[in-house]
Amino acid sequence: MSAQNQRPLLEITALNKNFGGLRAVKDFDMIIPQGGLVGLIGPNGAGKTTVFNLITGIYVATSGSIKFKGAEIVGLPPFDITKMGIARTFQNIRLFGNLTVLDNVRIAYHPHAGYGLADAVLRTPRFFQKEKELTEQAQEFLSVFNLQDRQGVIAKNLPYGEQRRLEIARALAADPTLLLLDEPAAGMNPNEVVNLMELIHFIRDRFKLTILLIEHQMRVVMGVCEHITVMDFGEVIARGNPAEIQSNPRVVEAYLGRGSAALAQKLSERRSHVA
Amino acid sequence: MKLSANRSTIGFIAVAVALIVIVQLLISLGVLSAFWTTLLNIGAVMAIVSLGLNLIYGFNGQFSLGQWGFYAIGAYAAADVTYRWSQDKSASGLVILLLVVILVALAFVGTAYLLSKLRGLDALSAFAMYLIGVVTAVVLAVVIGGVLIMPVTSLLQFLPADFALQVVFLLAVLLAGCLAAEISYLFGLPVLTLGSDYFGIATLGFTIIVKVLLDNSDTMLGFVEMKGARGMVGIPKLSSWLWVSLFLLLILIATRNLLQSSNGRAILSVREDEIAAKAMGIDVAHQKILTFVIGSLFAGLAGGLYAHVNGFLHPNTFNFIKSFDPMIIVVFGGLGSVSGTVVAAFTWALVLEGFLRIWLPEGFETWRFVVYPLLLLIMMLLRPKGLLGAFEFPFLRAVLPPLRKRTGNAASEAAPGEGG
Repeated sequence: MSAQNQRPLLEITALNKNFGGLRAVKDFDMIIPQGGLVGLIGPNGAGKTTVFNLITGIYVATSGSIKFKGAEIVGLPPFDITKMGIARTFQNIRLFGNLTVLDNVRIAYHPHAGYGLADAVLRTPRFFQKEKELTEQAQEFLSVFNLQDRQGVIAKNLPYGEQRRLEIARALAADPTLLLLDEPAAGMNPNEVVNLMELIHFIRDRFKLTILLIEHQMRVVMGVCEHITVMDFGEVIARGNPAEIQSNPRVVEAYLGRGSAALAQKLSERRSHVA
Repeated sequence: MKLSANRSTIGFIAVAVALIVIVQLLISLGVLSAFWTTLLNIGAVMAIVSLGLNLIYGFNGQFSLGQWGFYAIGAYAAADVTYRWSQDKSASGLVILLLVVILVALAFVGTAYLLSKLRGLDALSAFAMYLIGVVTAVVLAVVIGGVLIMPVTSLLQFLPADFALQVVFLLAVLLAGCLAAEISYLFGLPVLTLGSDYFGIATLGFTIIVKVLLDNSDTMLGFVEMKGARGMVGIPKLSSWLWVSLFLLLILIATRNLLQSSNGRAILSVREDEIAAKAMGIDVAHQKILTFVIGSLFAGLAGGLYAHVNGFLHPNTFNFIKSFDPMIIVVFGGLGSVSGTVVAAFTWALVLEGFLRIWLPEGFETWRFVVYPLLLLIMMLLRPKGLLGAFEFPFLRAVLPPLRKRTGNAASEAAPGEGG
C-alpha cells in the first residue's frame, strides 16, 4: 500500500513508436510503482519488446514521455539510461560469448570503474586497488548466482540455464533500480522454470528491485507478477492482477482469436465440473 | 596471484631485453648483414602497425583498411621533421608539427566542450565544427611557428650534434604518431557511425586519398622536399634496432595493460555484442573512436620509425594493395591475439620478405601478391583462429583472479536455481 503513496518509479504516458507506416506502439501508458513486480504480456508481435527497447533507449520514441524517477529519459543514449539505473536482459540471450563469465560481469562495472585510461596503461596503484575491488564485487555476484566456480569459463560454453542466470547477474551488476526481463523463461524446461520463478522473487527481495517482466509462459506471469498489462497490436487492451487478467474476455480473444472467449468460458466451467 | 603476475612481468621483460641485446650484439659483431638487420627493423615496425590494427579489428571488431594511410602520414610527417633538421639545419618542421599537434588537441577539447553545451546537434554539423576548429588550429600553428623557429633552432644547436639529431628523431616519431592519431579522430567521428563493413570501405578510401596526396605532395601540398611521386630521399637513417625494438616493447606493454583493464573489457564488449554493451552502460561510439585513435597512434609511430629505416620514402609503398600486409599479419597471427601478431610480423618479414627473396629466382616480387592471398586462403581454411590460436605468452595472458572463499553467509544467501 505504501508503494502507491510514493512517486512511481517509471511513468510512461502516451508513448508512440512508428516504423515507417507501421505503428508498433500506440498511445501506450504504464505506471510501475517502486518495488513492484509487473508483467507485460501479449501475443507475438504485440510490441512488448519494442516497449523495452524504448525504455532502454535503443529506439527513440516517435512521441510520448517516459519518466524514470521523475526525469524524462526519451532521447537519452542507452548508456546514460543504464547509468540512471535501468538494466535489462534479452529475449535471445546476448552475453559477451567469447569472454569469460567473470569478464561478462566485470564489464557491467565499467561505468563505475573509478580509474581512467592513463591509470590502466601506466598501472598506477589506483588501477590495482580499483581493479581488485571491482573483481571482488563481481565474484560476490557470481557466488550469489551459484556461478562462482564458472568464473573462467567462456560464456558461450555454459549450459542454457546458466547463461540465463549469468545474464541476470550481469544486468544486476550494473546496479539497477529497475530490472527489465525479456522472456526469461524462453526455452526452459519445467524444472528450470520453477527455479527461475524462485530466482526472480529472490533477486527482488535481496537487491530491493522493481521488476518489469515480459513473458509468454502464463505459469510464470501468473505465478510471479502482482500486476499485469496486456498488449495487442501495440495497444494496451487490459490491466489488472493475475486473476482479473485470466478472466478478461478481451485477453482471451487476443490470444486465442475472436469467439474463443465464450468457448474458454465453457471449457473452464466443464473443467471445474470434472474437478 | 599478485606475486605470479609480477613474476611473469619480470620474466617477460627479462626475456625481451635479452632478445634485444642478443640481436644488437649480432648486429654489432657483423653476424647479421645490413639486409637482415633491415628486415628485423621492418618486422618490428610491422608488428607495431599490426598491433594497432589488431586492436581495432581483432579486439574492437571494426574492419579498418585505413591503418596504412595513418602509417603513411606518420612516415612522411616524421621524415619531413628530420629532413629539415639534418639537411636545412632548421627546426621548422619540428616546431610547426609540435604546435599543430598541441593546438589541434586543444581545438578538439574546445569543440567537444562547446558541443556538450549544444546538445542535439547532428553528426555532420558537429563534424563541421571540429573541422573549423582544426583548420583554425593549423593556421595558428603556422603563424606562431614562424616566430618560434629561429630560437628553437639555435637552442637545439647548443646540444652536441649527434644528441640533438637523436632528440629531434625521437620527438619527430612521437609527434608523427600524435598527428596520425588526431587525424584518425577527425576522420573517425563521422565514419565510425557507419557499420563495420561500410567503415572498412571508407577507411580504404582514406588510404587511397593519402596515397594520391603523397603522389602530389610537392605540388598540391607544397612540401617541395617530399618530391611527390619521385620519392623522398635524404632522410637520416636513424631507426636502429635498439630504437625500433624499444618502441615495440613499450607498445606491447601498453597494449597488454590496456586490454587487461576495465577499458579493455569495454573495447571487447563492443566486438562481442554492441546492443548488449549499450545496455550494460558502455558508450559504444566512444569505445570505437578510442580504439581507432589508439590503433592509428600505433600506425603513426610505426610509420615514423619506418621512414628512418631505409632513409627513402616512396608513395608506392603506401599503395592500398600494400595496406593488406598488416591485414595478412593480423589474420595469420590471429584476430585478438597479441603474441600471434608479433610472431606473425617477424615471420612475415623474415620468411616472406627475406628467405623467399633469396631462395626464389628473380621476378618473385610479381608473384608475391599471388602467394599472399593463397596463403591467406589456406590459413582461413586450416587455422581460422591464426597461427598460435588462442595462445598468449604468459605475460600477455589474462590472469584469472583466485576464487573467493565462500563464507557460510554467502552460501546461505545463494540464489535458487542450482539445477539446469
